Amino acid sequence: MSPTVETLEAMERPPVTMGSRIEGELLEVSMGPQHPSTHGVFRMNVALEGEIVRKLKPVFGYLHRNHEKIGENTSYLGSMPYTDRLDYFCSMTNNWAYALSVEKLAGIEVPERAQYLRVILAELTRLQNHASLLGFLLNDMGAWGTPLMYAFREREKILDLFESLSGSRMMCDYMRFGGCRCDTPPGWMEQAKKIVDRFPRFIHELEQLVVGNEIVIGRTQNVGVLSPELAINAGITGPMLRACGVNYDIRKVDGYGFYPRFKFRIPLGEHGDTYDRLMLRVLEMRESLSILQQAFAQIQPGPIVNPKVKIRAFRPPAGEAYGRIEGPKGELGFYLISDGGPNPYRYRVRPPSFINLTVLEDLCLGHTVADVMVILGSVDIVMGEVDR
Amino acid sequence: MIGTGILKGMAVTARNFVGSYFDKERLITVQYPEERDPLPENYRNFPFLLYDGEDQHAGLRCVACKICEKECPPQCIYIVKSEDKKPDYMGKPQFYPKVFDIDISVCMSCQICVEVCPFEAIKMDKDFELSKRERFDALLLRKDELSKSNEYYHKIHPIEAAAVDKNLADAAAAAEAKKKAAAEAAAKAAAAKAASVGGAGSVPGNLTASPKAETPGSTSARAPTNSPASSGSSSTPASS
Repeated sequence: MSPTVETLEAMERPPVTMGSRIEGELLEVSMGPQHPSTHGVFRMNVALEGEIVRKLKPVFGYLHRNHEKIGENTSYLGSMPYTDRLDYFCSMTNNWAYALSVEKLAGIEVPERAQYLRVILAELTRLQNHASLLGFLLNDMGAWGTPLMYAFREREKILDLFESLSGSRMMCDYMRFGGCRCDTPPGWMEQAKKIVDRFPRFIHELEQLVVGNEIVIGRTQNVGVLSPELAINAGITGPMLRACGVNYDIRKVDGYGFYPRFKFRIPLGEHGDTYDRLMLRVLEMRESLSILQQAFAQIQPGPIVNPKVKIRAFRPPAGEAYGRIEGPKGELGFYLISDGGPNPYRYRVRPPSFINLTVLEDLCLGHTVADVMVILGSVDIVMGEVDR
Repeated sequence: MIGTGILKGMAVTARNFVGSYFDKERLITVQYPEERDPLPENYRNFPFLLYDGEDQHAGLRCVACKICEKECPPQCIYIVKSEDKKPDYMGKPQFYPKVFDIDISVCMSCQICVEVCPFEAIKMDKDFELSKRERFDALLLRKDELSKSNEYYHKIHPIEAAAVDKNLADAAAAAEAKKKAAAEAAAKAAAAKAASVGGAGSVPGNLTASPKAETPGSTSARAPTNSPASSGSSSTPASS
């Protein structure tokens, strides 16, 4: 029952010794689940030789709450608020991915203004996710508080935008099939523009804090190198994949929403180490800002939701659909099978954090315990999405 | 040179520290219980039931159709329908909820009950300081605790409430006009019948003209801006 027993056996439990250890003998350490650096309730069983990690086994499921089964038992609309709780940092993109797959399933058109708003919200989400991730990552490296507080100060402004738009800071529940729930309140767009205009100052400050900092460089360069081959084989997506130099961004590949209408570049890393993953996110934030500026210039007033979509008794035709978007953490997809009833026959989430976490052992082998935390931080996981 | 990166970083922190004394943007902490940020108009937190007028039992808009109970994703609403009917805010006899409970320790404030309600009877509250000392059912809100007046709704969501009232008034006016039109058509048909039987040509025109002249004045007088309680007929979709 308990995963510990199995793991211990798999790790060739070392003979119990009192006191001193023989050279080359492995020491087992259970890191987590209640550790401030594990970003939630997540446990790693680590076999150490001295301070070097020789084996690592992630143990998770502490936050499992049956998301997919609940999705099969509630109406299509009823799953929308639950998707907020997957990756609670990016509820807007989760909403979009789910709405996209249902729209694919039922063949629903989305009005133009709603598409632009979705792009704006998704990019704002990406900004606040990357900002807070960088803060957390520096926190894990021992820069206690300061960068995290700067990042959260910026994130707070974006959350205020979400709150005045959707009514909730994190659990937005804003998108609906065929559009968005309500139009922007008066003055929202101006406020959003102001925040986006001020955002480069924060990125600049963060770069000054991070880019040339010798401690950051020492802690991150050549740590947790991920090779492009392994990344592709393991199905890694998002900034982690691009940090190894693989040019794959679903915004470009699928061109969902209105992304083909925007000019933006895909930043790529070179070495695939933690430093590249860190800097790639800074660069992505700059690209997000340019998308946001274009979207603000292009958005026009208009209807916000497709009036043909029923709120009550929504029944898409029988069939299946997979809708995916480039979430801030990677490819977020929802796979739905409909049998024509009011709730999906099968509801499956493809969570980027979970799949990106599968290479954790490969990244950590040969590094010290202190590096494990930095590597884990750079993977960018949210346990709500990993465990579902 | 080793150390310049760190010094640059220290310059940033120093700028932030000094700036926090002068720059409003760098010091955004709000001393919560004493100071509060104003809540945005759209802020939502836990639903409540709306009633019109003074009496929270008589004016309750809910007709116990149980749609919200069915649609609620975490299933936190519990409704028992009444056996008898009471006149609703439109004056039409309707069922009312004998029991209406919302377990707000389960509720996730998703607003789906508000969206599916065809009667504008349930809305989102803004009260977020809800901690209770009791251990058991203090967060299981009963009908009496949930019922709040339309004035309260206007206070917390002024723009939305005005829109809702306007919709209800429009619907009431439309229903009134429809009723008038139906009566008119009936009168016309009767008149036509009479004409076809009696053979008189000029009478139907006079008959139809007189109610038409009355209609606009009477509906505008009846269409309320603040409370839709005075309208005569039902405007909203009938409960299933």
